[in-house]
Amino acid sequence: MAEVAEERQKSPVVDDKIHTWPHLVRVEFLVALFVMIVLTLWSVVVDAPLEEPANPTRTPNPSKAPWYFLGLQEMLVYFDPWLAGVVLPSLIIVGLMMIPFIDINQKGNGYYTFKERKIEILTFFFGFHILWVSMIIIGTFFRGPGWNLFWPWQRWDPHKVVALANVDLPYLLGFRDYFWSSVCGGVLVLGYFVFATLAFYLWILRIKGKEFLERWGMVRFLITALLFVTMLSLPAKMFLRLAFNIKYVWVTPWFNI
Amino acid sequence: MKKWEELKKDITESQVWRAIFRHGYEDTPRNRVLMVTANVWLHLHPAKVRRHGVRMRFTWCMGGLTFLMFLVTVVTGIYLMFYYRPVAEYAYADMKYLEFDMPFGMLMRNMHRWSAHAMVVFVWLHMFRVFLTGSYKPPREFNWVVGVLLLVLTLLLSFTGYLLPWDQLSIWAVTVGSNMARATPLLGHEGPFAELVGANPIYDARAFLFGGGEIGPHTLLRFYILHCIFIPLVTSLLLAIHFWRIRRDSFSGPPL
Repeated sequence: MAEVAEERQKSPVVDDKIHTWPHLVRVEFLVALFVMIVLTLWSVVVDAPLEEPANPTRTPNPSKAPWYFLGLQEMLVYFDPWLAGVVLPSLIIVGLMMIPFIDINQKGNGYYTFKERKIEILTFFFGFHILWVSMIIIGTFFRGPGWNLFWPWQRWDPHKVVALANVDLPYLLGFRDYFWSSVCGGVLVLGYFVFATLAFYLWILRIKGKEFLERWGMVRFLITALLFVTMLSLPAKMFLRLAFNIKYVWVTPWFNI
Repeated sequence: MKKWEELKKDITESQVWRAIFRHGYEDTPRNRVLMVTANVWLHLHPAKVRRHGVRMRFTWCMGGLTFLMFLVTVVTGIYLMFYYRPVAEYAYADMKYLEFDMPFGMLMRNMHRWSAHAMVVFVWLHMFRVFLTGSYKPPREFNWVVGVLLLVLTLLLSFTGYLLPWDQLSIWAVTVGSNMARATPLLGHEGPFAELVGANPIYDARAFLFGGGEIGPHTLLRFYILHCIFIPLVTSLLLAIHFWRIRRDSFSGPPL
């Protein structure tokens, strides 16, 4: 803040303010008018869907959630429901709320800039565009019966045969005993978090410098690292599934990851 | 023509007219300010705004459009409420009635649905824009938090409304969308550690949401009340806070 105040004193701000009436009100009115026209025409031409009456005994295949939740449904392929449907969405919401408190970069407040906040924008872009939006697109257009992958132009074959050759990672590593598989899985998952947090630390240290990390503080760093590493666990699991047919990394009597 | 001018003058200078509309369209700086500050609809705005904050290139108009979509759903939603009964026996028949027999019924339903979808898209774009301009940075941190809550409420509004047509699309989409609640750790009967709490199929997080173990008439009523009363009320409250905070924390960033 001190820098900002100093800068302001150096160059006295010119009064660039304009009257809300008519300048802002005019823009708002025209845009609202335009959108209302488009919405009305769209509603005249395209009817909202209404299928046959609700029938709890007939499950359609595939059953899809509303499109804005298809990202979550798509995550169910890679994680169990308690994680993909409850824990991760909660972390998304909490993580979004955290943004203003963990981002201490004073630059880029109130104007567009990429140069002054590259990592912040790239992270948001990765989470929002790459993960959230593309998962919705996959769920909407590329998933058919049995939640199998289909091209949009492909016929939905309900009898499509997909080999379910998925194995758990400890099994692949040679563990056959249930107990030691669990221990191995626990070590792998915890190891991932520790290793990735360390890597995140070194990465930030390299691009932002020591002075920044001191200003950032331990609490902010740990929260950011947890959110960041958790976000990356989705592509990590996707990679394990698609490349090695890994079902779970960690199997316990209570939960599987 | 002269008569017309006189008539116009008689009306706009009558006591009744002046009682309702205080300020004309006179183009003076004083009147421009009064137009905003003395108008209940416009006084959310400051009398003056920064030049760059008005440009569409800067705001994308997304926040305002999200609110506009909210208003459209409120207006069309009230119209639909006149003809729709949230009872399993009637709900689907009422949908058909609404589509085929009600004047403008289909149009109102279409506008309600498409504006709800547009609201979801606009609120995401609004969030993206606010992120890009860094408009969540001090002193506006709290307003970003309120905005995230509004984003969640927008999704919940859309989701609860999805069930109401009571057709195959709606009950299965809502079934799939809320199956995850069964797996809530501790609180869902299929979730980890459910035994510790004693959650079971008719007494867990999803049963609380559904009003019973399976989706059914009780769920329809529950979602209807959430959709038409509870969530809109909470949303309106948070919208008021959101708008108030925009004003208090100053409009559209400092010119650095």
